[in-house]
Amino acid sequence: MSSIAVGTAEAGGASAVSVGPSQLRVVFRRFWRDRVARFSLIYIGVVILAAVGAPLIALANGHPPDDLSHQFQMTTVYGLPEGPNWQLKFWLGADQFGRDLLTRTVYGARISLLIGVASTMVALAIGCAVGVVAGFLRGPVDGLLSRSVDVVLAFPILLLALSIRAVFGASLWIIIIVVAFATWPYISRIVRGQALIIREQEYVLAARALGAGDLRIMWEHVLPNLVGPLIVYGTLIIPVNILLEASLSYLGLGLPPPTATWGQMLADGQAYYATAPWMIAVPGLALLSTTIAFNLVGDALRDALDPRTGLATL
Amino acid sequence: MVARRVVWLGVLIVIITALTYTLFFFIPADPAVEAVPKGASPQTIAEVRHRMGLDQPVWLQYLYFFHGPDLIGNGQASGILNWPPNLGYSFKNEQPVLATILDRLPVTLSLAIGGVVLWLLFGLGVGIVSALRPRSVQDRTAMLFALVGVSMPQFLLGVALLYLFYFRIHIFPAPTYVPFTQDPIGWAWHLVLPWCTLAFTYAAAYSRIMRSSMLEVANENWVLLARAKGLRRRDVVRRHVVRPALQQVVTMLGMDIGILISGAVVVEIVFGLNGVGNLAIHALNTSDLPVIAGTVIFAAVSVAVANLVVDIAYKFLDPRVQ
Repeated sequence: MSSIAVGTAEAGGASAVSVGPSQLRVVFRRFWRDRVARFSLIYIGVVILAAVGAPLIALANGHPPDDLSHQFQMTTVYGLPEGPNWQLKFWLGADQFGRDLLTRTVYGARISLLIGVASTMVALAIGCAVGVVAGFLRGPVDGLLSRSVDVVLAFPILLLALSIRAVFGASLWIIIIVVAFATWPYISRIVRGQALIIREQEYVLAARALGAGDLRIMWEHVLPNLVGPLIVYGTLIIPVNILLEASLSYLGLGLPPPTATWGQMLADGQAYYATAPWMIAVPGLALLSTTIAFNLVGDALRDALDPRTGLATL
Repeated sequence: MVARRVVWLGVLIVIITALTYTLFFFIPADPAVEAVPKGASPQTIAEVRHRMGLDQPVWLQYLYFFHGPDLIGNGQASGILNWPPNLGYSFKNEQPVLATILDRLPVTLSLAIGGVVLWLLFGLGVGIVSALRPRSVQDRTAMLFALVGVSMPQFLLGVALLYLFYFRIHIFPAPTYVPFTQDPIGWAWHLVLPWCTLAFTYAAAYSRIMRSSMLEVANENWVLLARAKGLRRRDVVRRHVVRPALQQVVTMLGMDIGILISGAVVVEIVFGLNGVGNLAIHALNTSDLPVIAGTVIFAAVSVAVANLVVDIAYKFLDPRVQ
């Protein structure tokens, strides 16, 4: 789970670029010119469509995600899952309960995307608030906030996940909060670093000379200048959070069955990996392609926001 | 500096264990009831609860964790501040927690050592080669692999490797832990698949970071100066680009190694290795508070120690740091 650091630490290359409305258009045009980025964005769109239209797919093949009515048709006499069966409209095979893998995978996309995006939003909000305040005010406030970031980083996220689950039950929101709790410190560290740079800029000095208070400067001068890097980190944190949610589900600490989640499906599949590899391949490839697409979009956004990176030659 | 670090480590342990006890307090399961056979008399349950220290208020239980009486009755006081330190006894099997963790440690350490060596070798090597020729064919190929690596869930890669190299083409044995002292070759051979799983995902991240920070450093004036004064390209790269670029990698490494020593949870579960991470998960699933608290402390200490080592390593990489 330490791969959380990956996206953020790397995005550190993107410096604090100010992004206005017209500049956003320039950035987006630069982004759109990148063929790989364009394709990835379209792919993410397809995944979103599949997630939204999951009930339609269930309608098309007639197998709702928790439908157990084909349990005996789609498992062998030994209880092993059967592969694709076109007659019964099991296009991608079944799992150990004879449930349709395609339906469950598209329903799993709902959970993954929802948790991935929502937890990133929450993490960005917390990380941004803490990072800006710590980096801008410095002094004892910074000390206190940075130390609490250290505490959170050293705290085992699995324990938190388990105990929160035990108390409140495992709902979607609980998982979102747990995942956001695990990733906000990384965002906060980067934002703090950027805020430390921004607070020394002349326009901050000018604003202060005009009599602006701390809050006003943070809101009107520091935050807007963080929009660029935050878009990049945000995009790169989404796949990290999707992987984190999948890991939690894989370890049995995510949403409880029978909810279809990719991590849970992979954990089920591992038990049958020798006889029913499709149980791993289908949700596994869905998960992998989604995270790759988000990472590609994040990389392309970083290049588009800061075209200087990568131009150096040694 | 070291003294301040040690004090902070102490504070960190107090905060983190306090949080652990608070969170555990909210878990509704009653370890005493779970520990006794069905139909045990209330008296027995009360006795077991007393031995576990669960009849005390939660703050007192927490104090006992640091310094307390001899609850089990084997002549050793509980608490990590006593000597020898005592992390308490498992609710499940009454084994001393510290001994259990130390018993599991070789597995996790073996996993971590092999993984770290492999991923540094590949991660840094690939990162440097890529940065030397940005946007060349080899750079693009390497970065494609790196992209897949950072997007890859460890459990998916682990299962895929098991399927390919254990089930389909039987090259590697089923991963188990063979003690290094017994059979060094068997030790390595049995751990190849877990190592590769760890190394691929981490090497990908490290190569991306190494590449981007090298390219960032390449823009610095001192690189231009070094070239201008006629230094050979190889020397410029080695002394003025790779060395500063390594700083970011070292920071991450400290963090990652610290976390790994406290358990590569997912990899241990995928390959069924009985390391510290597996112990922690098992304890969590069985509400075994002393083991949970013990592994939490162990994790905090290993992260802090790894970070301390990183700070010392900084001094060698950047002479300005004092």
